Amino acid sequence: MRKKLFLLVVLAVVAGVTVPAMMAAAQENVTLTVTVVNNPDQRRLLQLSDSFQAAHPNIKLSFVMLPENELRDRVTTDITTKAGSFDIVQIGTYETPIFGKNGWLAAIDDLMAQYPDNVQPNYNVDDLIKGIRLGLSYDGKLYAAPFYGESSMLFYNKKMFAAAGLKMPSDPTWDQVREFARKLHKPAKKQYGIALRGLPGWGEVMAPLDTVINTWGGKWFDENWQPQLTSQEFTDAVSFYVKLIQDYGVPGAANNGFSESLTMLAQGQAAMWVDATVAAGFLEDPKQSKVVGNVGFVMAPYEKVKKGYHWLWSWAYAIPTTSQHQAEALQFLTWCTSKDYIDLVGKTYGWATVPPGTRYSTYKNDNYIKAAKAFADVTLKSIESADPTDATRDKVPYTGVQFVGIPEFQGFGTDVSKQISAAIAGTKSVEQALSESQDIVTRAMTDAGYIK
Amino acid sequence: MSDMRNVRSAHPWMLRPAIIYLIVLTQAPVLLTLYYSTTNWNFLRPDRPARFVGLQNYLDFFLARDTGRIMLNTLVFSVAVVGLSLVFGMCLALLLSREFRGRNFARTLMITPFLIMPTVSAVMWKNMLFNPAFGLISSTLAALGGPRIDWINQYSMASIVVIVTWEWTPFMMLILLSGLQSLQKDHLEAAQIDGAGPLATFRSVILPHLSRYIEIGVLLETLFVLNIFGEIFTTTTGGPANYTTTLTFNIYLEAFKRWNVGRASAYAVFAVIFANVITLLFLRVMRRQGGNGVAP
Repeated sequence: MRKKLFLLVVLAVVAGVTVPAMMAAAQENVTLTVTVVNNPDQRRLLQLSDSFQAAHPNIKLSFVMLPENELRDRVTTDITTKAGSFDIVQIGTYETPIFGKNGWLAAIDDLMAQYPDNVQPNYNVDDLIKGIRLGLSYDGKLYAAPFYGESSMLFYNKKMFAAAGLKMPSDPTWDQVREFARKLHKPAKKQYGIALRGLPGWGEVMAPLDTVINTWGGKWFDENWQPQLTSQEFTDAVSFYVKLIQDYGVPGAANNGFSESLTMLAQGQAAMWVDATVAAGFLEDPKQSKVVGNVGFVMAPYEKVKKGYHWLWSWAYAIPTTSQHQAEALQFLTWCTSKDYIDLVGKTYGWATVPPGTRYSTYKNDNYIKAAKAFADVTLKSIESADPTDATRDKVPYTGVQFVGIPEFQGFGTDVSKQISAAIAGTKSVEQALSESQDIVTRAMTDAGYIK
Repeated sequence: MSDMRNVRSAHPWMLRPAIIYLIVLTQAPVLLTLYYSTTNWNFLRPDRPARFVGLQNYLDFFLARDTGRIMLNTLVFSVAVVGLSLVFGMCLALLLSREFRGRNFARTLMITPFLIMPTVSAVMWKNMLFNPAFGLISSTLAALGGPRIDWINQYSMASIVVIVTWEWTPFMMLILLSGLQSLQKDHLEAAQIDGAGPLATFRSVILPHLSRYIEIGVLLETLFVLNIFGEIFTTTTGGPANYTTTLTFNIYLEAFKRWNVGRASAYAVFAVIFANVITLLFLRVMRRQGGNGVAP
């Protein structure tokens, strides 16, 4: 009997202590689940997030880090089914307007007005580079805050150019690039003319290829959504790209994406490369690159039309409407996309490694200009002059430089990219690949009700 | 005896939760998939709510331009992998069933490919062996004056067949090896006394004895190989064009690239039927051949 009484007392004491404590915890402490792409910038964010948690002890962060393609699958599934597992998702310029339109994301402007206390001090939305901001907006509202922004540019190995007595103009054309590639292509010496993406995927081979199609005057659709993949311009552009890779590209290009191409240039095996401006920082990083100081940076090549010849992309953070902790999510989102965060990265890891391309203030910062003087100008100029709303010679019903801003593009973009890869690998002719692509796109657009 | 009766009377009530749990867990997804396969639900089109479309998704599948190619890919892939791993597995099993020094060590080594995660071995093959710039095969060929071949892109299906065969040969070998070990020595001795050479012994003693084991191995491996996804995803993502897109991989593309849940469900239902048909065919062929072999 006495034993039982004792037990009861112990139980009561334990309950009296823990229950209120647990209730208090439930009121204050919040865990945010954040999805991030696996890349060097995001890995730095993970390391620096301790200082955010120190400043906001009530907010705990739990990160889900995945490679780009898997991240896209996970986030899209979660958001479209309204599963609500994530409080902050990392998405790009392609997804943001589509998700925003469907009402799946909380508008950042509205949240900032609703919870002014949860915004990082001096956030200054007007400091965000205009093109990047517009790319992340739908109907005049900002649906995601940019973490970094990029365009595309041309990188070249200065030593190889000097050795061959060649000079790269500041605004090259694709014809000039082909001529350079021809002269610098020496496979016997393990030196290849040009590295270009050939890996299937709408965000892989299609990104640089779409800029080539734009500048050749081609387009995916006419104003009535009729696919134009077999038009003269489209065919010429794809033939040029495929032939350039086959003649003077690196071996196995049909399987090369951003990282493989980066390696080829960083190891001093490729003379030129057209890809994301963000690569400039990696090529100038002695830990990753053997060609530091030897790389030249110029605008991406153009050809017939000076439009849409360099892309616009940004990885940004957004808050799904299903999140239960939107105020706290806003706190973290405005911290990691703020000027303060950029300063923190600069001080901790060196100024060349700060996430580029989001804020005008980065390009006015003397520290950054000093560390990135070789490429800062070209990067900013490329980003500022890329216009997703006017990237093609003819009028088109879609936006986007290196993608078509409709939900169906993920599907048919992937299918078409695989046809292109086959053409690059030489198992199919360009005409054959494009005629099948035209069929694929026509079917997808008919299914989706754009055309009858 | 009375104990048994007590246990039995308790059965229905005790089992019911478990049975309901099992039904919910295994049958509900099947029923849902069947239901979804009759709708046009697309994740990315909330503006166009899912509606009933009958058998349209199934019809679309049969009318699609690449369906024939995908079916052919699936058949070529599974027949090649199962056939090759059966041949190699048999050779290895025959070797390993002999007594020699270090046999256990050799056997452990032989099993290793099967224990490596599929995606890991695929990435390993793709980058360390098949890569045309710095892969082992191309470097060796180039050193001997040969061409640098882009295996994964130019011989995409063959490359994947090689990778998956490499992974699954140990599985076949293990099953056949256990069969060989249950073969009684005196049968072999009797064959020897009758003056049968190695080939004749293999054909009329070992093979008939192994027929059951071969059947099981082929059946299990076919079922697994039909579902191969990781190796394709990490090496070719179904390309170039659709040269390595199998039924399974096509379901992934439909669901997670085109976000068309209705059609993806229909493909999944079809894939289940297809897998059943294939295995039945396999078994029938094997039975007939096995029957001929054993018949006196």
